[in-house]
Amino acid sequence: MADSATNLKSLAPPAELRRAPVVEGNKGLGWLTDKLSAFAEGKIPRWWLVLFLPAAFCAMVVLPVALIYQVTTGVGVWGNNHPAMWGLDIVSFIWWVGVAHAGTLISAMLFLTKQHWRTTIGRMAEAMTVFSVMMAGLYPAIHVGRAWFDWFMFPIPNSNGNWPQFRSPLMWDVFAVNTYLVVSMLFWFMGMIPDFAIVRDRSTTRIRKGIFSFLAMGWTGSARQWHNYEKAYVVLCGLCTLLVFTVSSIVGLDFCTSMLAGWHATIFPLYFVIGAVFCGFGMMLVILVPLRKWCGLENIITLPHIDKIAKLTLVSGLIIDYIYAMEFFIAWYSGDTYERWVFTHRLFGHTYWYMGWILIGINVCVTQLLWIKKIRANLAALFIIGVLINIGMWSERFVIVVGSLYQDFLPSSWGKYIPTIWDILLYIGTLGAFFMMYLLFVKFLPMIAISEVKSVMPEANPHHRLGGAKGEKR
Amino acid sequence: MKHFGIIAEFDSPAAILSAAEKVRDAGYQRWDTFTPFPIHGMEKVMKLGNSLVGWVSLAMGAGAFLSVVGLIWYANAFDYPLIVGGKPMFSPPMTFVPAYIMMIMGGAVGALVGMLGLNQLPRLHHPLFANKNFALASRDKFFLAIGATDPKFSENETRKLLEEIGGVNIELVEDAD
Repeated sequence: MADSATNLKSLAPPAELRRAPVVEGNKGLGWLTDKLSAFAEGKIPRWWLVLFLPAAFCAMVVLPVALIYQVTTGVGVWGNNHPAMWGLDIVSFIWWVGVAHAGTLISAMLFLTKQHWRTTIGRMAEAMTVFSVMMAGLYPAIHVGRAWFDWFMFPIPNSNGNWPQFRSPLMWDVFAVNTYLVVSMLFWFMGMIPDFAIVRDRSTTRIRKGIFSFLAMGWTGSARQWHNYEKAYVVLCGLCTLLVFTVSSIVGLDFCTSMLAGWHATIFPLYFVIGAVFCGFGMMLVILVPLRKWCGLENIITLPHIDKIAKLTLVSGLIIDYIYAMEFFIAWYSGDTYERWVFTHRLFGHTYWYMGWILIGINVCVTQLLWIKKIRANLAALFIIGVLINIGMWSERFVIVVGSLYQDFLPSSWGKYIPTIWDILLYIGTLGAFFMMYLLFVKFLPMIAISEVKSVMPEANPHHRLGGAKGEKR
Repeated sequence: MKHFGIIAEFDSPAAILSAAEKVRDAGYQRWDTFTPFPIHGMEKVMKLGNSLVGWVSLAMGAGAFLSVVGLIWYANAFDYPLIVGGKPMFSPPMTFVPAYIMMIMGGAVGALVGMLGLNQLPRLHHPLFANKNFALASRDKFFLAIGATDPKFSENETRKLLEEIGGVNIELVEDAD
């Protein structure tokens, strides 16, 4: 017995099974704290300003102009018209909701599955969620045409007896998107409380100390506080995971309850969830690859982490490819003339055929590049693939929304949808607002969950040699 | 001047964990540890039991679920009966999606509010913040504080115990209130 027990000790895992360290070149908890708060405490770098100013221009000038003109004039300023009553506004809405999903998936689901590497990118992913849900929520609010009647969508008692019609998926959308916004913000904020305390304790100026003391709300890091905090965190992660599957499902239900060829399919809720996650991983690559270099976080957001995100992108991409195949198969197998017509015209139609090929070219073909290990380690390639995936997923939503609407059952009511400059300016405005808020977050808030990263270091483990434990325990 | 308690500094998670064990075994009741991150095993040493946050979240989530079911019945079947697709005015399945979504909202708000409430946050000040070294509690040091309200607290004895179990920078913290 004693022999076999000692033999067990020498069974260290082979090199290929050993986990890569979460942080490379870790020099202790104090070093880590300095390293992770360095960017927020340093001077504003030039690249930040170069990116921030145009984003702020789009957010502060282009977006308000596009909004004010549209709200005061009407939905007619967009290209939306019979029969394509949903246009770029809904396409962009779904796209933004989609971008949000990967953030929740990374921060909540990877927490529940105890993936330690997610501590380094979780906060940035959550921020992506919060800001993109804000952008998503804007679109339906103005798409209704008379934005000042938006309160009709909420169950507010009023003398006209107006109540929402709760059987409609469009109504469920109102609940889903608002809940997503609130819950992702709560989750993001709660995760930051211990880090606000870190910034508070490190602050050298009175203003910074004041602001972060207020935000940290008197957090002391006592064992009792951590005990309740950890419980609340697990509960919130569980609830956020439910939201990953719910919000886009409900957006999918908006479509599949409509009796329209190309929309009326039971696969839609799953389709939209996976599409959302795939698109969000693309955005995650676009954000992480440059920021890890510019913010000096190459030791924290390491190449193995980026590799894992690329693998997750590939997995979600493969599921979406399967769904494309199924959609086409079911359209053919159903024998329904209109279904077959719509799906043939997605690729061989006369107006929007190229959108279908962008979809196939990027989401099906380009994604396969991620099988190759060299490409998963090539940051420039990953950045380009991330941008392409976002374009591909945008075109997918265009194909679904406009591609099904513009030629419905009656040829006499066929039409076209041509976006106007106001459609495009609104989209540019929301992109600007998203990146402006993201850059502000990166510069002024703890962009990496400092206390979480520290908690998964060997130095934080009381049973590890580095954590002060005596004896030979590894 | 009132005293808040005595605070001692430790170097590593293992040190604070074994210190906590010794303080508990010495019979102290009103004490706490302050660490940059949760230390695994501390909740067992301090006998914290199960956190009530989960129950607060469950209560708020279930409350939200049932309220939305009630709201939908009131709005679409009672206050302004609405026929949609020839279906009954009210049936439980029709309420599921909005009620479920609001359950998530209620549960999430419950988790945050429960966490803050049980931790007695937000508060603007804490006596320990006056201690110079305490800022390191969010960096890489680990603190143990024994409260002056503890029945076993005595300035000399407690200080001696903290010295024995390896604490450094042992200081008496004043309570300004």
